[in-house]
Amino acid sequence: MAVTEHDVRHIATLARLGLTADRVPALVAELNGILAHMDVLAKVDTSGVDPVHGVGAGGMRLRADDGEPYPMTRPRESFAPEMRDGFFLVPRLATHADEEEGA
Amino acid sequence: MTAPDATPRRWAGRYELVVGLEVHVQLRTRTKAFCNCSTDFGAPPNANTCPVCLGLPGTLPVLNYEAVVLAVRTALALGADVHDVSVFARKNYFYPDMPKGYQISQFDRPLATGGRVPIGETTDGAPLDIALTRVHMEDDAGKSVHDRFAGATAVDLNRAGTPLIEIVSEPDLRSAAEAGAYLRSLKQIVEYVGASDASMEEGSLRVDANVSARPIGETKLGTKTEIKNVNSFSAVERAIEWEFDRQCGVLAGGGRVAQQTMLWDGNRGECRPARSKEDSHDYRYFPEPDLPPLILTPEWIEARRAELPELPAARRTRLREQFGLTIADVEVLTATPEIADYFESVARVHGDARVAANWVRRDVLKAVNETGRPIAEFQLQVRPADLAALLDMTRDGVVSGSAASTIFTLMVRTGEAPRRIAEREGLLQVSDDAPLRAWVDEVFAEHPAEAERYMAGDRKLQGPLVGFVMKKSGGSADPKKVNALLAERMR
Amino acid sequence: MSPHDPGSLPVAQLAASVGAGRLGATAAVQASIDRARDVGAGRDGLNAVISSDDEAALRAAEAVDARRGDAGDAAALRLAGVPVLLKDNIATVDLPTTCGSRILEGYVSPFEATAVARLREAGAIVLGKTNMDEFAMGSSTEHSAYGPTLNPIDRTRVPGGSSGGSAAAVAAGVTRIALGSDTGGSVRQPAAFCGVVGVKPTYGRVSRHGLVAFASSLDQIGVLGRTVDDAALGLEVIAGVDPLDATSADVPMPSLRGGLAHVSDGLPLRGLRVGRAKEYFPAGLDARMREQLDAAFALLRVAGAQIVDVSLPHTELAVPVYYVIAPAEASSNLARFDGARYGARRAGAGLREMYEHTRSEGFGAEVTRRILIGTYVLSAGYYDAYYRRAQEVRGLIAQDFSRAFDTVDVLLTPTTPTPAFAIGAVSDPYEMYLNDVFTVTANLAGVPAMSLPIGHVDGLPVGAQIIAPHFGEPAMFRAAYALERALAVEAAA
Repeated sequence: MAVTEHDVRHIATLARLGLTADRVPALVAELNGILAHMDVLAKVDTSGVDPVHGVGAGGMRLRADDGEPYPMTRPRESFAPEMRDGFFLVPRLATHADEEEGA
Repeated sequence: MTAPDATPRRWAGRYELVVGLEVHVQLRTRTKAFCNCSTDFGAPPNANTCPVCLGLPGTLPVLNYEAVVLAVRTALALGADVHDVSVFARKNYFYPDMPKGYQISQFDRPLATGGRVPIGETTDGAPLDIALTRVHMEDDAGKSVHDRFAGATAVDLNRAGTPLIEIVSEPDLRSAAEAGAYLRSLKQIVEYVGASDASMEEGSLRVDANVSARPIGETKLGTKTEIKNVNSFSAVERAIEWEFDRQCGVLAGGGRVAQQTMLWDGNRGECRPARSKEDSHDYRYFPEPDLPPLILTPEWIEARRAELPELPAARRTRLREQFGLTIADVEVLTATPEIADYFESVARVHGDARVAANWVRRDVLKAVNETGRPIAEFQLQVRPADLAALLDMTRDGVVSGSAASTIFTLMVRTGEAPRRIAEREGLLQVSDDAPLRAWVDEVFAEHPAEAERYMAGDRKLQGPLVGFVMKKSGGSADPKKVNALLAERMR
Repeated sequence: MSPHDPGSLPVAQLAASVGAGRLGATAAVQASIDRARDVGAGRDGLNAVISSDDEAALRAAEAVDARRGDAGDAAALRLAGVPVLLKDNIATVDLPTTCGSRILEGYVSPFEATAVARLREAGAIVLGKTNMDEFAMGSSTEHSAYGPTLNPIDRTRVPGGSSGGSAAAVAAGVTRIALGSDTGGSVRQPAAFCGVVGVKPTYGRVSRHGLVAFASSLDQIGVLGRTVDDAALGLEVIAGVDPLDATSADVPMPSLRGGLAHVSDGLPLRGLRVGRAKEYFPAGLDARMREQLDAAFALLRVAGAQIVDVSLPHTELAVPVYYVIAPAEASSNLARFDGARYGARRAGAGLREMYEHTRSEGFGAEVTRRILIGTYVLSAGYYDAYYRRAQEVRGLIAQDFSRAFDTVDVLLTPTTPTPAFAIGAVSDPYEMYLNDVFTVTANLAGVPAMSLPIGHVDGLPVGAQIIAPHFGEPAMFRAAYALERALAVEAAA
């Protein structure tokens, strides 16, 4: 499957990578080169194999609904790029359209 | 409960409304889904955060056992099939209130599938259920506030990581009223299970409605839009109707409905599109590598089923059969498990369920609604045993019916026992002839003209004369006896 | 280094000496600090150590020395006074954790990795953080935002990656042990290139709490050591289930150092079956590399082991499978680096631009490439063909190991196809990925694997890799101790 410039721009947007136009052609070539090596996977007979869901042993270990919150050795302000009144600040969303993107 | 009304009139006969609902419910755990931060409401911004729910580099999720318990109980109460093995998955997207850049949810192997929400009965008494597709677990996002600081969005991650369940219905709802009934029933079941406060106003229950329209007789589903930003059940109903109307207008004009997300604007009473073109969401779901599959044994699942309380439908049926109450009665009395418990306590102590039902429906709920506080608080003032005692006193003629109302009001205000109040306020019913005759004599003496006309045969004056006697007695006279004594005087 | 130099003492001996009061922890730490300066371990030299705080390290050493007063307390510290270095993707509270990236420049974590806490509890002293390929993506440590690390054996060559800084520092004698991380070979391959021991434990042996995630189902913290015993002790201390990591295994780590006790036996490996997997000895393998491995097999045979031919038929699919799964998981794990809550932020007119400027300026070329691949293979329409398919083939690779371990106890393979290459020599991304051809299989299957130096080619160290079944570290170390001993005996002769 060949990756096009449109594809690269689209996935760069999905991944918020901010690629400038001049980088796109080289990336298209690189990606196609790398992905070509993956084509061999299509020919493998995988009937009867369950996809690996994590190589960890057994079922999930759970935790009790109590205990102290995990401590931090320094306050949020020490690593946050911008905080005010306890809120993390980020630039305003460009359109109200972004408002309800979340579930 | 009977089945609610069908489609709005304008398009009736031409188009059919199809609605599916996705409901998110916050589970009432002490700590978050994947870390020990408190889920308490009202903390200062970001006070309830830690490296895990902040998504700091190097942190990992560890699932809350109680969240699984509440989720499974809810799924069982909804009649869903709880799976032995379910898998968590990452739902990837960028948003400031989503600190890891993905939500931990479930995708193709959810906690439970199937199930139903009862919304009423058909005309011949058979239950009317709306089928569910699935129930799955996920973690909540934080909150973004857009209007507090100019040019910036303020992010509070206190809510991020709160455990949620998502309940997805089949697209089987056919009217806004059915949708409202569905939500009320679902909320009630969740409250009975004790899994959540399930309050839309407080945000512990959120609704997204998928709405589409199709020509009557068409079996294929039309293009759906998703409505968000509704914050009450009635808003859900109004939004669904508005959007259906809009879609029918589009279709009737030969157009096609565009698939998009709509936001309900309660002030304007309309839906507006949430986004123009934009990349449609590609969440790139894949199994969460930080969490092995969740494995629940059949024995463990059955133990959760055994922990379920009596659910609303079953409770309604039992109260009707056991206490001989009407459908209307039980609907009100089982609105919440606490109200039903209160009623049953009073009924059992007093013995006459009909009387208890009337008092709870009328007087108790009125008082509770006036205060706006839950019945659990009301119960501290007016204990079920005390209300039962008041009903006993009324039945036994110790106080009259009107005196009982007065006493009840005072019980609500003071929390005192009814007999004490009756004694102190002089409301104990007086039934002995001697004092009653004395009051009748006094009233006749004070109102000679009316007394004379009454004795001459003017029955219309009986009521007012009884009223005078009741007033003179401070409400303690036995009205039946008074009537009888007055009648004696008539020539 | 003189034999009396604390830096030349094996870790177990150093800890015992400090615990018994024969040697001060401060002396041991000072020796490391001096050694780091002498070899130029920092930015102006090897660029292996990219952050350190000598004063803090000495103060920590003083605290360990103070504990010696409490009878037996210091003696109980299995790593008393032992200086250690940590790869810069392992969270520490006193030094930055940059992951070799601009996007975390200056970021100091407010919590510490479990593995680090265990080291400190055992009395170890953290000397500094080491350089790495950005976010552990690379096989040469040339992809660090803070410059490449040089191989101390030959400073024109790479030390391997992505744990190149840790391997180089151990090879240069700055410390005897260091922690790295291994997702596709990132501990074992630099160990082989630098001539030291590098261990990747069974997936789930060591908690990942505090390891900045690259590919969550493949990552493990690993140990680099001067000798097999150094690495064994380090691993014993950090291993064990952690309630903060749901993928950590509730399987206690048995003693690894028991293997040391038996190496002097006549036939220390009697009863051990060692597999020679034909897929790891392809026709194109460098003949001198093959020769080194043949010599190693011979030594194992002399030590009493039985050599058995086995086949792991899906081995050649491992690199494509790895380069679908690892970037996919990475693309999701790195989404959190958006400038919103921590790390470097680059301004933008709105939120979307802030994200994009931050990430385009904060991530290097290799990370960008892998995020793109990863996003692509997970995206709608491609998930089944790529990601799901790769996970299925991964199952076949894991099955290969299970079947092989029905007939043998461990495998012996080359660690890398070549010795260390020159800095700048490999520019094609896929050619770089092929460096991992012998190492990615163990990550995909979750089995433990380690590299130890077995000789030289062109004057450069080469390593052999021992692979064991899940939780088979004891057998793996047993073979490693014996091989190391046999090589030492041979070298002395």
